[in-house]
Amino acid sequence: MKKTHLSILSALVLALSCVALSASQAAPVQGDKNAERKDTKKTEQKAATPDQRQMRDLDEQVQQTKSDVLSIAAELNQLEEKLLYPSGTQVAVFVALAKGDELRLDAVRLQIDGQLVAHYIYSAKELEALRKGGVQRIYVGNVTTGDHKLNVLVDGKLKSGGDFNRTDHFTFRKEVKPKLVELTVAGPDAGSTPITLGEL
Amino acid sequence: MRATRRIIGLGLILAMAAGSASAGSDKPAGQQKPSAKDKQSAKEKTSASAKDDLFFDEAFYHAYQGQFFEAIQRLDTELEQYHRLDEPGLDTLHRNIGEAEFSVGDFELDYRMHYKAGRAIKRVLEGAVDEAVRNEAAFRLARIHFQKDQLDDALQALGRIQGTVPAKIKNDVEFLRANIYMATDKPNDAIEVLNHLQNDPSLSGFVAYNLGIAQLQAGKQQEAVEQLNKAGQLSANDPAGLAIRDKANLVLGSILFESGNFERSKQSLDRVRLDGPFSNEALLRAGWADTSSKQFDRALVPWNILADREPTDVAVQEALLAVPHTYADLKLYGRAALTYGRALETYSGQIEKVDASINSIKEGRFLKALIREESREDQTWVIRLRGLPGAPETYYLMALMASHDFQTALHNYLDLEDLRSKLTGYQTSLEAFDDIIRLRKQNYEPLLPEIDAKFRELDSRMRVRLQQRKEFDDRLHAMLTAPRPDYLATTDERAASERIALIEKKLGNSDSPEALALRQRLARLRGVLTWRVETEYPKRLTAAFDHLNELNTQVDALNQQHEAFVRTRQAATHSYVGYDAQIAQLRKRVGSALKNVDLLMARQGEMIENVAINQLEARRDRLVAQQIQARFGVADSYDRASRAQSGGGGR
Repeated sequence: MKKTHLSILSALVLALSCVALSASQAAPVQGDKNAERKDTKKTEQKAATPDQRQMRDLDEQVQQTKSDVLSIAAELNQLEEKLLYPSGTQVAVFVALAKGDELRLDAVRLQIDGQLVAHYIYSAKELEALRKGGVQRIYVGNVTTGDHKLNVLVDGKLKSGGDFNRTDHFTFRKEVKPKLVELTVAGPDAGSTPITLGEL
Repeated sequence: MRATRRIIGLGLILAMAAGSASAGSDKPAGQQKPSAKDKQSAKEKTSASAKDDLFFDEAFYHAYQGQFFEAIQRLDTELEQYHRLDEPGLDTLHRNIGEAEFSVGDFELDYRMHYKAGRAIKRVLEGAVDEAVRNEAAFRLARIHFQKDQLDDALQALGRIQGTVPAKIKNDVEFLRANIYMATDKPNDAIEVLNHLQNDPSLSGFVAYNLGIAQLQAGKQQEAVEQLNKAGQLSANDPAGLAIRDKANLVLGSILFESGNFERSKQSLDRVRLDGPFSNEALLRAGWADTSSKQFDRALVPWNILADREPTDVAVQEALLAVPHTYADLKLYGRAALTYGRALETYSGQIEKVDASINSIKEGRFLKALIREESREDQTWVIRLRGLPGAPETYYLMALMASHDFQTALHNYLDLEDLRSKLTGYQTSLEAFDDIIRLRKQNYEPLLPEIDAKFRELDSRMRVRLQQRKEFDDRLHAMLTAPRPDYLATTDERAASERIALIEKKLGNSDSPEALALRQRLARLRGVLTWRVETEYPKRLTAAFDHLNELNTQVDALNQQHEAFVRTRQAATHSYVGYDAQIAQLRKRVGSALKNVDLLMARQGEMIENVAINQLEARRDRLVAQQIQARFGVADSYDRASRAQSGGGGR
């Protein structure tokens, strides 16, 4: 949301300034990217200024650097997974909100075999992302193969303003491959089970 | 004519804004709005039948928060793994694969990686995909070209759209086409396209506005005025819709002002919201419309409102001079002198601020202020930066943000700062990995030889037993087709049989009556034994199979334990062996990327500073000119006031 507003703000600020400049009688029309684009198009190969060339060159290099860092991040991520969460013991728990649910999720606590492994408090931005259908990977860890107990404690607020607290107990079976567990949280208005578990 | 061109120029900027706002309100961010709209509709479409891939949805969790780096990283990894699978059809990503390919391109666009995004979408376009997917890819590619100012390529990409176009992008395609026509001076073509889009509620404000601009561009002034008038009165609830409505009113007001229709111009400008982003400009223009129609007292209303607003704004600075000028026109020279004095004071203050900003920027403080973590905590950071105490470098940030070059440079600089911070974190991670590996090595290496020796011994014993079990199994199965009752004789029966044989041997060939009697008894005994072994054979064979099956359970448990041990043993080795080269290589790559980022940041930073200083110097020149006018105005007003007083006619 922040980015959305910021970009709208930026676009509007940009537009505003162009209007401002145009209307200020003394100032020439400038800073209008699209107007510049049109002029550039009209004169076909109108040469870019050295500053613009430098800007484009830099922009290209920044894009290339982003690509390099993304590639490093991906490799590092795989290395981390291999080192810290090998597939034989890896368990990952995901949290999703039921579609269209208006519950204000405040916090989720997870216990695996009685041990507190995650306690997450949600920001407004994260809650919004969950409401839009995003899924959060709340925990990645290691467990042995076999059955394990998972306790899920959810705190939140209902649309009416009332408190919402639920605790549910599940059992999941860890096999040799990585275990993915999805928890879907729903408020009482959704008409479904408060916390449902999906296994992969 | 100059005015018309200027207004067209102003209008075209909305083409981009409209493109970005066309997809509703629930989008990740940036200029590339349709991605989230597509995702939203995809989720609605598929959620009833099956679940999405969890990592795919996790990528969106990051994207919805504007964390595009993380979103790309997550989705890229998933796609890479998917494409390596022997049977990708069985993977959970399979049902979202088309969307995933597009989404990664969208995220790249949002992360301002146009080149990579374009390449990714071209791959989809050239792949063996169905018509709807290909058309969507062509649309997205066209949008990228449009954003990169490659208008011919954008039109060419749109030309590749043939046959079925997904309903969700149908109008977006046409809207983009109209924008390209407008940007390539084909307003009549744009008008034709926009006329067909007027019924789309999600685009209504933007279509109405752009249609007016296209008509203006085509020289259809009267139609443009009517169309913008319509656009300026459309109902809107969301910020983008309200802003475009304000914009329509502002542009209409400007056109009417330029054509001398001041009264109608004023009406249009009065429709611009007082708290919207265009209000300053509208207030300024409203004042000009009033003065142009010689209604000086009315002009003072908007200008006095404006004069009390943020003094760094260019419209406010202009109003500060316009207010006393109007008082002078009203022959209120005393008032004029006072307000000129106020303007003079403000201009002096602002020139000092601009100077302080320029000096502060030259000292390198501007860049530091921009990357302050707390500065970017919420969406109003640009506005709040201006209010930071003791930070003159940020006073004119809003004004600087108006420059496209500055915005691009700033975004890149902030992205580079994020990359730098990430790379520094990676260096720490690599050190931690080294530590983990060293500790694991210290722990495992003394233990493993002994464990391995014990395991080898147990392993060989286990293999012997398993071989024996296999032999039993083979023999029993052979006995199903070739019965061998003797194999199933009990130990007692075998002993009895051997004793009988021994006695028979001892008896030799003796023909004595005792020997004959003994032989008969031995034959009876052997007969009894044979009878028992033969008659009980099926029962014994069944029992033997039962015992073998019981053994299978034990053998399976043993095999599982064996496999678990082997896995754990391998995991122990894999937990510290074979990482050195990879870590060393990664460390080198991180170091090199960090150097590159530092270098680019220095260059980008210098560019930001230069752009900022150039803009601020231009602003300073303007303020100085206004200051001179104000100074002259003060003197002139005092003169006139004195003369009027001495003549008895002034106030």
